[in-house]
Amino acid sequence: MSVSPAEVAVVPDTAMPHARLVGVTRVFSRRGKGEDIHALGPIDLDLKRGEFFSVVGPSGCGKSTLLDVLAGLATPTSGTAEFEGRPIAGVPAGVGAVFQEDASFPWLSVTDNVAFGLRRAGVDPAEIARRVDYAIGFMGLRGFADAYPAQLSGGMRQRVCIARTLVMQPRLILLDEPFGALDAQTRLLMGDELLRMWRETGATVLLITHALDEAAMLADRVGVMSARPGVFIDIVATGWDAERDSRIVSHPRFGDLTGHLWERLRVESLKHLREG
Amino acid sequence: MTREGWIRLLVIAAAVAALELACRLGWVPVTVVIPPSAMAASLVDILASGKHWADIVISLRSVAIAAVLSIGLGFLVGAVIHAWPLVRGAVEPLLASYYAVPTFMFYPVFIILFGVGPAAIVAIAVLLAIVSMISATLVGLDRIPLVLRKTARMMHMGPASRALLIGLPAALPHLFTGVKLAVAYAFIGVIASEFILSGAGMGYAIAYAYNNFDNREMYGLMLLIILVVTVVNTGLDAVDRRLQARLRR
Amino acid sequence: MRSALGSAVVVLVLLVVWEGLHLAVSNSGLPSPVATLVRLGVLLGDADFWRQAGETGRAFAAAVVLSTFAGIGLGILLGMNRTTGAVAQPILVNLYALPKVTLYPVVLLIFGLGISARIAFGIMHGMIPLTLFTMNAILNMKPVYRRSAAVMGLTPWQSSFYVVLPAILPEVITGARLGVSLCLLGVLIGEMFAARNGLGFVVMQAMERGDMPSVLAVALLLAVLALVVNAALLALDRAWRR
Repeated sequence: MSVSPAEVAVVPDTAMPHARLVGVTRVFSRRGKGEDIHALGPIDLDLKRGEFFSVVGPSGCGKSTLLDVLAGLATPTSGTAEFEGRPIAGVPAGVGAVFQEDASFPWLSVTDNVAFGLRRAGVDPAEIARRVDYAIGFMGLRGFADAYPAQLSGGMRQRVCIARTLVMQPRLILLDEPFGALDAQTRLLMGDELLRMWRETGATVLLITHALDEAAMLADRVGVMSARPGVFIDIVATGWDAERDSRIVSHPRFGDLTGHLWERLRVESLKHLREG
Repeated sequence: MTREGWIRLLVIAAAVAALELACRLGWVPVTVVIPPSAMAASLVDILASGKHWADIVISLRSVAIAAVLSIGLGFLVGAVIHAWPLVRGAVEPLLASYYAVPTFMFYPVFIILFGVGPAAIVAIAVLLAIVSMISATLVGLDRIPLVLRKTARMMHMGPASRALLIGLPAALPHLFTGVKLAVAYAFIGVIASEFILSGAGMGYAIAYAYNNFDNREMYGLMLLIILVVTVVNTGLDAVDRRLQARLRR
Repeated sequence: MRSALGSAVVVLVLLVVWEGLHLAVSNSGLPSPVATLVRLGVLLGDADFWRQAGETGRAFAAAVVLSTFAGIGLGILLGMNRTTGAVAQPILVNLYALPKVTLYPVVLLIFGLGISARIAFGIMHGMIPLTLFTMNAILNMKPVYRRSAAVMGLTPWQSSFYVVLPAILPEVITGARLGVSLCLLGVLIGEMFAARNGLGFVVMQAMERGDMPSVLAVALLLAVLALVVNAALLALDRAWRR
């Protein structure tokens, strides 16, 4: 039993990118005021099937907007967004997301939280029970199946949200600073969980983060974004093998990598600090 | 029970005992306040004799109708205003000052509109209670976390199931605060209207006893109202605290 | 400014509804807005009306001043200690939700039929929200304020005056806003039941005469007055919070 996307409908074409953004921009018009805000882009990005891609950038650079476009929560002002070869219009099937804010439903127990999406989708109850049980075990929530979110720590609640996304067996998992509210040690450990999940499911992962070490440790490739309007100023391949875990922070190349990322990001972050 | 709960019980018991002592020793004349034990005895007599059952039923029925009406209408009005920012901008400053209006003075208007009887009193109580429900609905709908809406969309939920399965439970703790206040104001509106303006109900019975210098009966009825209101409020408060605990993150 | 315009529109709508009701039930004697305003004009030119208004004003002012001092004082006292706060909170909330009218006869028996009974009744209404808000403001104040004050070497007196007081003031003003409104309500209810003067008494007399224009004129005047006072305190509240 695994939560790997075995039921992928289309035969994967390894040459075709799993998700693709071409010339995507996003402009917010401010009502009442004349000026528009150019929040993002133009962005060109190909996500390879099964890769772990991480995005870092200064605050307010449009990272979350980029994720919203891929999730189908926001439509690009110009450019095209595709998932599995089809243009993204509305939330595509096969895409799951975990956000920074705690999105667990406080009125449901952990089990009911995890099962919520499956029940909505009308999945067979026996299958629901099987998948929920697996995801709860996988995320280390075994002892808390009947607890309510208010009884859990922030880290545990985020595990609930990840489990809730996992049971839907998404082929593309979008993570919007999911550990932003957690302390540094918990974040490293949650990073290990993420890597385990990624290897187990074979899904494509896009992780947005402001923590350079997190990006450098977790991702196959790290995209560095500029200050607003955010565009990719660099995309760095980390070159780690798939069996990595948080212990690579002591690898000699890890320091070089984060150093390089910070060099690219420092100027942009300063811009954000000055312009506020 | 918590340590604070025991202390609270002790404080109340001590206050009652002190009043009892003061009355028994003659420091407080019986023409002003009768001893708590006599109040309790009077309450037992009132309930046993069945003399005021009709008043009790009238009052409680009015409170129940007023509470249900203000909760239902208040939620509806609140939801409509929330969906309509322009109207909200106009109405909200008035809502914040609304409770300052001495509602009871408009009683004659309701007599003209609804006739003499419980309907006019229910109308006053609704007028008093509905605003807290409207405000609570606005707060509740405002406080539905954006991330929950996003999550619902990621799960391909339509607007109706989003509102019912995500919005309502997420807003419920705030809505319940409105329910609690609406019930309290329904009590205040009904009992006060009966007291000043009406010819029936528990409020009227107290005014009647006062005007006839029947202190024993008056204090018995007061004790009854205080007990009923305290029990209802404490019950609602317990539910409220449970719901609020969900929000503590 | 736009919201003020919106509120004006709402008031206008209410007036139109009132006029509509007047037309719908005119034979049963609901006066029109115009008739009510005309009567208000007559009343405002009447020396006796001003004497009655003065009675209400005196009782109201005394109740506001006394309940403000007593409410804030008691709130500070109860809020200084976590246990007293936790013990007092449910009692105060329950007192707030109690239909206090039922206790008015006790007030009358203690204070007699004079103005002091109405003042006492106003205080009973107005003091509780002030106590509650002050107490909770102190209990919920960020501990880091007090710690910062201590680190900066402020004496307890200095920290009370320069740190605690400004920190809790917005909550106290909110409580005062509720308290002032409820004081007026308490005084008016007191006058409506067992009194020989004051605006509440004027309204009760007019009710007994079936003089609807006078009832509505006084009710309207008081409603507008209450709204204006409340709006002023609300503005103060917002200005301070900013």
